[in-house]
Amino acid sequence: MISLSDFLIVSAGLFCIGLYIILTKRNAIQVLIGIELMLNAAILNLVAFGKYDRLNNGGQMFALFAIVLAAATTAVALAIILNVYKKYKTIDPNNINELRD
Amino acid sequence: MTMVKVLFYLMGFIALASAIFIAASKNLVRSVFMFFVTLLSIAGLYVLALADFIAITQVVIYVGGILVLMLFAFMLSGRETLANLQQQNDHFLSISKLPALLLAVLFFIVMINILFKTDINHLQWVTKSVSYKIDIKPDSPMTGNIGVNLMTMYLLPFEAISILLMMALVGAAHLSRREKNV
Repeated sequence: MISLSDFLIVSAGLFCIGLYIILTKRNAIQVLIGIELMLNAAILNLVAFGKYDRLNNGGQMFALFAIVLAAATTAVALAIILNVYKKYKTIDPNNINELRD
Repeated sequence: MTMVKVLFYLMGFIALASAIFIAASKNLVRSVFMFFVTLLSIAGLYVLALADFIAITQVVIYVGGILVLMLFAFMLSGRETLANLQQQNDHFLSISKLPALLLAVLFFIVMINILFKTDINHLQWVTKSVSYKIDIKPDSPMTGNIGVNLMTMYLLPFEAISILLMMALVGAAHLSRREKNV
């Protein structure tokens, strides 16, 4: 079977690519994609460790919870991004530097 | 080299390559569609980790829900938004991205280093679980077990997350409402 370290290497790579996307992209939707990529790397770790727990399956259960949380986060974040675009006419995170009032 | 290994390396390669493509591409729509490929190959990795229910959930929620939501969000928001979002004049490797690249690579090296120093395949609880035979086998029934656990042991997190999901729904609907007097 596939060993645990193979999964962890793949997920470390995904996490670092997500980090790079977040740091370099100048577009809030692409930054959101980077965040989702990092979340998926973490969920992959949970699932890979959850293979060794058949009775309680805590890893798979919290992977489920994390997926649902990511869905809620994305819905709210997209609504916020649309509002920010309406107010500033840009979604570059570098240019959004003033409060509403 | 068994078939499972071959499939694992294929899925891992597709996931990493499409993630690198997302990081390199300048086109927003293309990177969102490439994110589809990444998520589907991660679902394949979940299947290879013997978590078939999580894989189906990943396909249904991420690919069916989140990505369609992302596509909706900027395709329904007008033509000038779309034109505005797509013009980015930056290159994949420029000098201004060197700190980010350095940070990502160093973080990767740190994580791999930790991974090999802890000898992750022979952790104490992992070997104990294998010797007690409570690790998941390919023929063990998992979906029913997840359902029973969700209604008994993890009932409190389940209810908490349902309340949080409802709050997020109300909040998103409130945020995206068109205000008349602004």
